[in-house]
Amino acid sequence: MTATAVTPRPHGVQHRRLSVLLVLLGAVLIGVVLSITIGAKSVPPADAWHALTTPSGTENDIVIRSLRVPRTVLGVLAGLALGVAGALMQGHTRNPLADPGLLGVTQGAAFAMVASIILLGASSLLAYIWFGLAGALIASVGVFALGMVGGRGGPTPVTLALAGTAVSAFLYALTSAIVLLDEQAMDVFRFWQAGSIAARGSDVVWQVLPFILAGLLLAMVNAPGLNALSLGEDVARSLGQNIALTRTVGVTAVTLLSGASVAACGSLAFVGLIVPHLARPLSGTDHRWLLPYSGLIGAALLLLADVIGRVVAPPGELEVGVVLALLGAPFFVVLVRRRKPVRL
Amino acid sequence: MTTFPLRVAGLSWQVRLRGVAVTLGGLVLLGLLMALNMRIGDIRMSVAEVLGGTFDVNSANHFVIMELRLPRALTGALVGAALALSGAIIQSIARNPLASPEILGVTTGASVTVVAGVVASGSAYGGVSGLLSTLGIPALALLGGLGGAAIVYALAWRRGLDGYRLVLVGIGVAAVFTNVKYWLLTIGDVNDTGRAMVWISGSLNGRGWEHVVPVALALAVLVPLTLLGTRSLDALRFGDDTVTALGVRMNPARALMILAAVLLAAVATASAGPIAFVALAAPQIALRLTRSGQPPLLSSAMVGAVLTAVADLIARTVFSPIELPVGVVTAVLGAPYLIHLIWKARK
Repeated sequence: MTATAVTPRPHGVQHRRLSVLLVLLGAVLIGVVLSITIGAKSVPPADAWHALTTPSGTENDIVIRSLRVPRTVLGVLAGLALGVAGALMQGHTRNPLADPGLLGVTQGAAFAMVASIILLGASSLLAYIWFGLAGALIASVGVFALGMVGGRGGPTPVTLALAGTAVSAFLYALTSAIVLLDEQAMDVFRFWQAGSIAARGSDVVWQVLPFILAGLLLAMVNAPGLNALSLGEDVARSLGQNIALTRTVGVTAVTLLSGASVAACGSLAFVGLIVPHLARPLSGTDHRWLLPYSGLIGAALLLLADVIGRVVAPPGELEVGVVLALLGAPFFVVLVRRRKPVRL
Repeated sequence: MTTFPLRVAGLSWQVRLRGVAVTLGGLVLLGLLMALNMRIGDIRMSVAEVLGGTFDVNSANHFVIMELRLPRALTGALVGAALALSGAIIQSIARNPLASPEILGVTTGASVTVVAGVVASGSAYGGVSGLLSTLGIPALALLGGLGGAAIVYALAWRRGLDGYRLVLVGIGVAAVFTNVKYWLLTIGDVNDTGRAMVWISGSLNGRGWEHVVPVALALAVLVPLTLLGTRSLDALRFGDDTVTALGVRMNPARALMILAAVLLAAVATASAGPIAFVALAAPQIALRLTRSGQPPLLSSAMVGAVLTAVADLIARTVFSPIELPVGVVTAVLGAPYLIHLIWKARK
């Protein structure tokens, strides 16, 4: 009969969740500062601030404004997008092995890119990314449609996962056939495949921004529905959830988020796989918190990996995808070994 | 459900008629495909010419049949069977249809060592690098495959082996290997990258008896062993607690089955490269054809062999004179068929 009986969640939990959110935001901020100041040419923070606020055309201003800022913004966007997409994907498929590439976006983007090179003679980065984006969207719509056929209430998680794997394998095969026959396609493909956020200007950021923002919005809308779905479809239905709608919104969000980031930055879907495993111990199973945590961890991790890639092998750079795997995977393995894994 | 019991030396199995039918049907189909594979190629032969070439040592076709076509076709069928069997075991243990030898570190480990070898030896392949020319690609692949599996196994072991933890650790390790492979592909000359890509895709070009024998031996030893293990595998699909309660000694049974899966995949990969999708798709196709609860071992192996044999026939004839890597075709063929089966199952 007291107020505490009505509010099942003590105030402390909400408080703790907010503090974790702030800590993660701080981590992203540190990543941003590192990413702007560190590189082949180190820029003191004061000069960086000068370049951002009152640019006067000095060498540092140009480095910061035309190279570091777009690269950093793209890193934050892609990290956010892939982290959120990974958590959504694992929630919808209830499979901890699911990564955002599971809907076929990575291979769809790769195939469209190499096909545009040999069929249409595409040769600029912006063109590759447009084609990659289109390929990613088409592939995942195809996967969703395949998973949908013949069933009521939207695709089941297992069908979706299998259809995605099958379509990915199919597209990868076509991609490898093309790159084996065409040397220029091979050359573009191998660098895209390694995953990088370097040498992409602010035009690329503007290109993917609307897709990622739309995806993030849909993801947040989807979180409560996903919470209900994770109780099982029957329970969700009896709670008044429209299952087909919830699944469609979720999959659309994953497609927009991962399609845009993969097209722009190459195959980085691994971020989306590991990040939810790092976020879950902090957030618990509530997707309203899991999604933002995953996004922020994804962004911080991607920036950190990119900065390490810049300094670890001078005078060259190591691609962010490679650093991410070398950095993220051992961490992931330790985590898996230490706790009893969360079953979805 | 039509099943009958099979009892040998105090052990008994439930044999499902549907499983037997699929396996036998696959065997017949495989025989036909092998015959077709002998006939078709740069020189097209009649059945009589094939038979003459096979048994008459002095025939002009003897070399083509016995040294080129037969070992290549056999390598394909055996490698397909081994990969599929390996996939079936891993999917049963992990209780996850997305699991394949990739997550045991076998195929990805082999890819890293082979790509490193190809890139390091440079364009004068086999000429420059002493190590590569002595060991050769198959040895390098075997080393990488077993090494990769050992790393996954060691990292996943913690007071016993949990199927679930094994899969998660395997994914982490596979990600490292895959990205190192991507990186190696970017640092080499684009021609070397191309050659490495052919191997990574899985290819049967120029495979001879030296590629047939290791896979045949591995299958001869491991197939009976894994069939003996089916009984514990059937139990392993339940949760760990149930398994223990059923009286199956879980860790030894599971460890042996995983070891078998690793060896099968490693030997197959050493012979033909990591042929895509066979290990993942064949067990799922066999499962749906036999309508059983988990991937049936023998039927999976048969489906894998047929899939690879068909793929190779297509890979070396359709775009002739260009030969595609067989792995490109296995995925192009297997994926739509798997999708079709998923559809049918839903209706």
